[in-house]
Amino acid sequence: MDAPLLEVVGLQKSFGGVAALKDGRFRLERGTVHALCGGNGAGKSTFLTIIMGIQVRDAGTIRCKGEDVVFATPREALAHGISIIEQELSPVPAMTVAENIFLGREPVRALGRVDFRRMNEQAQALLDRLGFQIAATDRMGELSVAKLQLVEIAKALSYDAEIIIMDEPTSALGESEADQLFEAVHKLKAEGKGVIYVSHRLSEILEIADHYTVFRDGAFVEAGEIADVSKTDLIRMIVGRPLSEEFFKENRPTDEVTLSIDGIDASHGVHDVSFDAHRGEILGFYGLMGSGRTEIFERLFGLSECRAGTITLQGRQVQFNDPAEAIDSGLALVTEDRKESGLVLLASVRNNLCMASLPAVSNPTGMHPAAERDAAHRMIEMFGIKTSTDRLEVSGLSGGNQQKVVLGKWFLTNPDILILDEPTRGVDVGAKREIYRIMSDFASQGGTVLMSSSETDEIIGMVDRVVVMKDGTVSGVLSREEIDAETLVHLAA
Amino acid sequence: MSNESSQPGPAEQAPAEKKDSQAALHVTAFAQRFGIVIALVVLCVALSIFNEYFLTTRNILNVLRQTSINGILAIGMTYVILTRGIDLSVGSVVALAGVISAAFATTSSVAGMAGGPYPAGLAFAVGIAVGIGTGTVCGILVARFNVPAFVATLGMLSAARGLTLIAADGRPVPALTDSYRWIGTGDIAGIPLPVVIFAMVFLASWYVLSSTRFGRRVYAAGGNPHAAKVSGINVRRIRLAVYIISGALAGLAGMILAARTGSALPQAGIAYELDAIAAVVIGGTSLAGGVGHVAGTLIGALLIGVVNNGLDLMGVESYYQQVIKGVLIVAAVLLDQSRNRRA
Repeated sequence: MDAPLLEVVGLQKSFGGVAALKDGRFRLERGTVHALCGGNGAGKSTFLTIIMGIQVRDAGTIRCKGEDVVFATPREALAHGISIIEQELSPVPAMTVAENIFLGREPVRALGRVDFRRMNEQAQALLDRLGFQIAATDRMGELSVAKLQLVEIAKALSYDAEIIIMDEPTSALGESEADQLFEAVHKLKAEGKGVIYVSHRLSEILEIADHYTVFRDGAFVEAGEIADVSKTDLIRMIVGRPLSEEFFKENRPTDEVTLSIDGIDASHGVHDVSFDAHRGEILGFYGLMGSGRTEIFERLFGLSECRAGTITLQGRQVQFNDPAEAIDSGLALVTEDRKESGLVLLASVRNNLCMASLPAVSNPTGMHPAAERDAAHRMIEMFGIKTSTDRLEVSGLSGGNQQKVVLGKWFLTNPDILILDEPTRGVDVGAKREIYRIMSDFASQGGTVLMSSSETDEIIGMVDRVVVMKDGTVSGVLSREEIDAETLVHLAA
Repeated sequence: MSNESSQPGPAEQAPAEKKDSQAALHVTAFAQRFGIVIALVVLCVALSIFNEYFLTTRNILNVLRQTSINGILAIGMTYVILTRGIDLSVGSVVALAGVISAAFATTSSVAGMAGGPYPAGLAFAVGIAVGIGTGTVCGILVARFNVPAFVATLGMLSAARGLTLIAADGRPVPALTDSYRWIGTGDIAGIPLPVVIFAMVFLASWYVLSSTRFGRRVYAAGGNPHAAKVSGINVRRIRLAVYIISGALAGLAGMILAARTGSALPQAGIAYELDAIAAVVIGGTSLAGGVGHVAGTLIGALLIGVVNNGLDLMGVESYYQQVIKGVLIVAAVLLDQSRNRRA
């Protein structure tokens, strides 16, 4: 049998005397998909950055196709056939697919003139071989996120990559788009490549991976064949203790309508959406990317202009032109992308927490530093935010803790209606459960939760009713008893 | 695997990363905060050793007076840059506000308004109003019509200069009244009035930016406009406000300049915006918005003032001063970059 594509033993890395990775082990065979699992801070990122030549290891060996290697730069890793498809893609939007694939090594003719015809032909041949429905002359800016990823895969293969690392590739994809990606992964397997697959979505790992390796607290925990383990096993290995239940749900919905939406339109063609939400209820919104869930939330919250339809809040008809009005009326919106629209990354934990409650911690002539500090400390305690001081820049916190800062910011406004747009995206299993608990508690105490999700499991596990969206309209409303994965996907697609 | 050893609760960021980023925070915060202060102190010590005249009260007051106009402009610029903007129009607004307010305070019947000279208070109000006017136009263009700040204020740079030349008919407005000239030439307890005004503007801005709701909103709107908007902050209003503040302060600076020279020149203030931006940048305020402080701007302005003064004292040609200023700006931004890389 051939030497494995990649074999890593005893990899170590410390930052400032503290170990981020104590014992990294990994073994990737040809033609397989190997899932790398672990919570935030388990050492996965450190492991990958070393493999990619971005950071230098302190100890340990890396063997690539049987040969001991040390990568000082990403370029060297690439030369050994290791390529990464990052979580956040960075295409040049104004360039074509072919130009992106051949960026920096365009085929040229005499006088350094770029040979566009040859470049397009080569790119198209590659895309066709992989069976991707993409034209080499398309502009990157016009492609969906899923297609962008396919282009990245093609680009990796154009470098003759044999080891392809995918870091949370589906975090920005809906389920049907994810299927396109999975097909591509199967093609990679068939071509004898090895894929290192990193994802917090365990159901996805069970579906696509052949092997798994789990890290926890910077050390190797277990590895084996996916066929031999269940989701519960994986969670136990990742969290380090059995998680009795993946979800946490204790709220009981009442009959009292708190928010009633009748025939509203919103941006991007969202049309004639109606639903009621009740006190104590978690109302889910399921749909593919672009089905209009986010647009409805933006419309409710005064982030997009008023259009047709009425919104009735606690029996009072309202229209919000500005998020400030929505906040005053007891709404809170945890947006989908915390880095993009949830946090000021370079500002302190305290300032982020107080950002939506400035009037409460100040008067017109000045801030009340003591009130700000107390409010921040209250939230840090309530959500168990792990930070050494509330003056720390929020960018220094882990993803799960950042998400808790966003939640804290909104709980400080004392909302009645909590709107959560994909609240657990990119959050590890343990932190997910805490977010579920927070939602459930909020609803139990008489709040109303609107939550969108692209994961059928999460919808099934958490919501009392679900509004299924398709192409900007409601394609069905299911009660808890009626929800199952098949019906959801059927209504959404 | 062992169940009992691991702490229940969500998997968290490795302590290593946390500690590392925190240590980095302290180091960069220190360099950020004190790097240019150290540079300023070292420079002052060196100058006082090499030149006996540097550390005299008269020279210090002179440096402060020379710094005050750029300092006032730079403080206005700080508000704008904190919101990810830029205000290129301040140099032209200096001239426009100077010329128009001077027309209300000149004894010349040719250049002045009919019925003049008017009381200095009225002339000052007019000058500030001019700055508020140009600032409002820039602010509306940026905040309401999403014109890039560079373009909107570049337009105003040209337009305001043109309006100045039209208003003054290309000639200086001479013979300003004594009461008007007082803000440029007077003093309070021996401290030149421009320095007093600069100090007041600085202290007020320090308070506004660090201790008021408005200040918090300026930082939030610059740090992440989208997050600020979702949090109920009216980002457009904040953007409009910062251009108005910058314009008003440019008007104030224009009048001090006119008062000091005794007549308002239509060519006044050319390229002043560049020194103001330089002071802000040297002071550590990030052009990417959301990070910075007026205290840094003060030090940045003083550093530029001391470098100019020191080189003057040592008889170095003014051409070299520009080279050194250039080096300072780039060095300060390199510091800013290293900070952003870590973040």
